[in-house]
Amino acid sequence: MRRIDISPLVWQVLRRHLIIFGRNWKVNISFNFFEPLLYIAALGMGLGAYVKPMEGLPYLNFLAPGLVASSAMFATSYECTYGTFVRMEFQKTFQAMVATPVSMDDVITAEILYGAFKSTLYGSVILVVILVLGLVSSPWALLVPPVLAVAGLLFAELSMLWTGLVPNIDNFNYFFSLIMTPLFLFSGVFFPLSGLPRLVREAAWLSPLYHLVNLVRSLVLGQINPGLAWEFIWLLALAVAIFPLPLYLMRRLVIK
Amino acid sequence: MTEKDIIVAENLTKEYNGKTAVNGINFRVRARECFGFLGPNGAGKTTTVNMIYCFSPVTAGRLTVLGLDVREHPREIKSRLGVVPQENNLDPDLRVLQNLLVYASYFRIPAAVARERAMELLAFFDLDDRTQEKVDRLSGGMKRRLTIARALINNPALVILDEPTTGLDPQARHLVWQRLRRLKERGVTLVLTTHYLEEAGQLCDRLVIMDRGEILEEGGPGELLAKHIGREVVEVGGSDTGNRIGANPGQNGPAMASGRDEKATALPARTIEARNEKHQPPSDWETLVLSRVNHLLRGHLMVGDNLFLFPRESGQELLQALQAQPVHFFHLLLRPATLEDVFLKLTGRGLTA
Ligand SMILES: Nc1ncnc2c1ncn2[C@@H]1O[C@H](COP(=O)(O)OP(=O)(O)OP(=O)(O)O)[C@@H](O)[C@H]1O
Ligand SMILES: [Mg+2]
Repeated sequence: MRRIDISPLVWQVLRRHLIIFGRNWKVNISFNFFEPLLYIAALGMGLGAYVKPMEGLPYLNFLAPGLVASSAMFATSYECTYGTFVRMEFQKTFQAMVATPVSMDDVITAEILYGAFKSTLYGSVILVVILVLGLVSSPWALLVPPVLAVAGLLFAELSMLWTGLVPNIDNFNYFFSLIMTPLFLFSGVFFPLSGLPRLVREAAWLSPLYHLVNLVRSLVLGQINPGLAWEFIWLLALAVAIFPLPLYLMRRLVIK
Repeated sequence: MTEKDIIVAENLTKEYNGKTAVNGINFRVRARECFGFLGPNGAGKTTTVNMIYCFSPVTAGRLTVLGLDVREHPREIKSRLGVVPQENNLDPDLRVLQNLLVYASYFRIPAAVARERAMELLAFFDLDDRTQEKVDRLSGGMKRRLTIARALINNPALVILDEPTTGLDPQARHLVWQRLRRLKERGVTLVLTTHYLEEAGQLCDRLVIMDRGEILEEGGPGELLAKHIGREVVEVGGSDTGNRIGANPGQNGPAMASGRDEKATALPARTIEARNEKHQPPSDWETLVLSRVNHLLRGHLMVGDNLFLFPRESGQELLQALQAQPVHFFHLLLRPATLEDVFLKLTGRGLTA
């Protein structure tokens, strides 16, 4: 495959996204608050009253860290499908950028970093919320944001793969119903996978969200074990390995 | 290659999935000139300029810009270029001034310098009272001016303008032309594409006429006219001895009323619906006319139902000779020659804006 051409101008492109984000961050963040809070209220508090403890925890305490992880995932995958597509197709922002010394690889790298920024920020916001609700029980939770950042890179890349392969705004809802929703439901956010058939449990290893949920929940609850390091390394390795693919696909889309 | 040549293209070719869009063209753009690509839709103008600003990869041939190969040094080339794309791609998420500032950051221009330049450019393009406006609240002409201003933020040596005035009203168009002329006076090299002949005539020192991915002709606007047409054209339309009268009543309708008396200069440059009838043998009245005035002609062209005559010496003399004929023409007009005539002659088709 061709040489990857990345320069420090990535930061200038990322800065552009952050300027725009900074202008209406309050609105953005409050909308993203809303959904996890609904889950906490309806499932954690409402349904939770009827559910027996999971892995020795009250249901609310079990669920809350999982929502940190899933909020991060959704924030990034919206950004790197709809957001990226609008910039590319409707606003022609990428074409404007690459008429300057910025390269296409710079542009897409900045998109991925911006996606990871959203995971980190939105996951951390929910972390603060559950902290306030008294659902965080260990200072290890301080390591959650960097973990979110690495998982965010991976979510960004995977979303961008879809955008690069199926560049049609009408088809993004398939991405969410066929990929994101199953991930959301079967990655250990709502219940431990131990009760599911072996095949499902093994398939879960391929789900980045599954590892993120494990990591966040363990850090929030202070249940530290060496297996966590491997999960983190696995996420990082995937993020690094996949990185050239979205660059390639997006370049192929924009540059004719 | 002399140092003066800002762009050198040799056998430049572009294919999209095996389909040729630009077919081995050669041209050179000299320093400080305004160089035009003139051609109808699909001629390959945008494809060519996209290769110049290192957006589209070159399929074959050689292309150097500012002395650098586009394949080897895209970032260096782009840092010294200004680009006005065919479709405005201003950043709709940013306001007017911020559009320029953020764009400047892609060139690593320090913020203070960028702000100063941006204010200068906004003033130059009469946008200084709109710095905080949302981009999508600007009119088409203002957006175009802002896009041109943005292209100048890095003080480029070469500015590429892909149809700078398409879609603008005549007044807005003249404003843009005036600003472009002032840029040229400052020593900026301009490359522009257009399908407005008037634009090419007004701005370009030299131009190429492109059609279907090839360059048909190259030269200054006056030079091309002199070579192919001359100074004037006499249009002759239909005759009541002809057999095609009434075949297309709409086309010459308005001219019919005023007929012979129409003022020679009254016809504005306009689009001509031409068919591929260039090579069709003239029918009766046309043969007749041609045989009668042939000695006064340097050439002629059938355009739809009209016959375009290119006078050898004086258009007035030819006009009088035609008026003396015992036939009635629906349309008889002496007018200055335009690049459109050159284009028609070269392709047998009209340039449809
Ligand atoms: N991205 C693309 N993929 C495939 N074919 C393309 C692409 N872009 C342009 N073409 C084809 O290349 C040819 C030249 O197109 P180009 O856009 O360069 O013409 P143009 O002279 O700029 O026309 P216009 O005046 O309409 O802007 C056309 O046949 C067009 O269909
Ligand atoms: Mg074009």
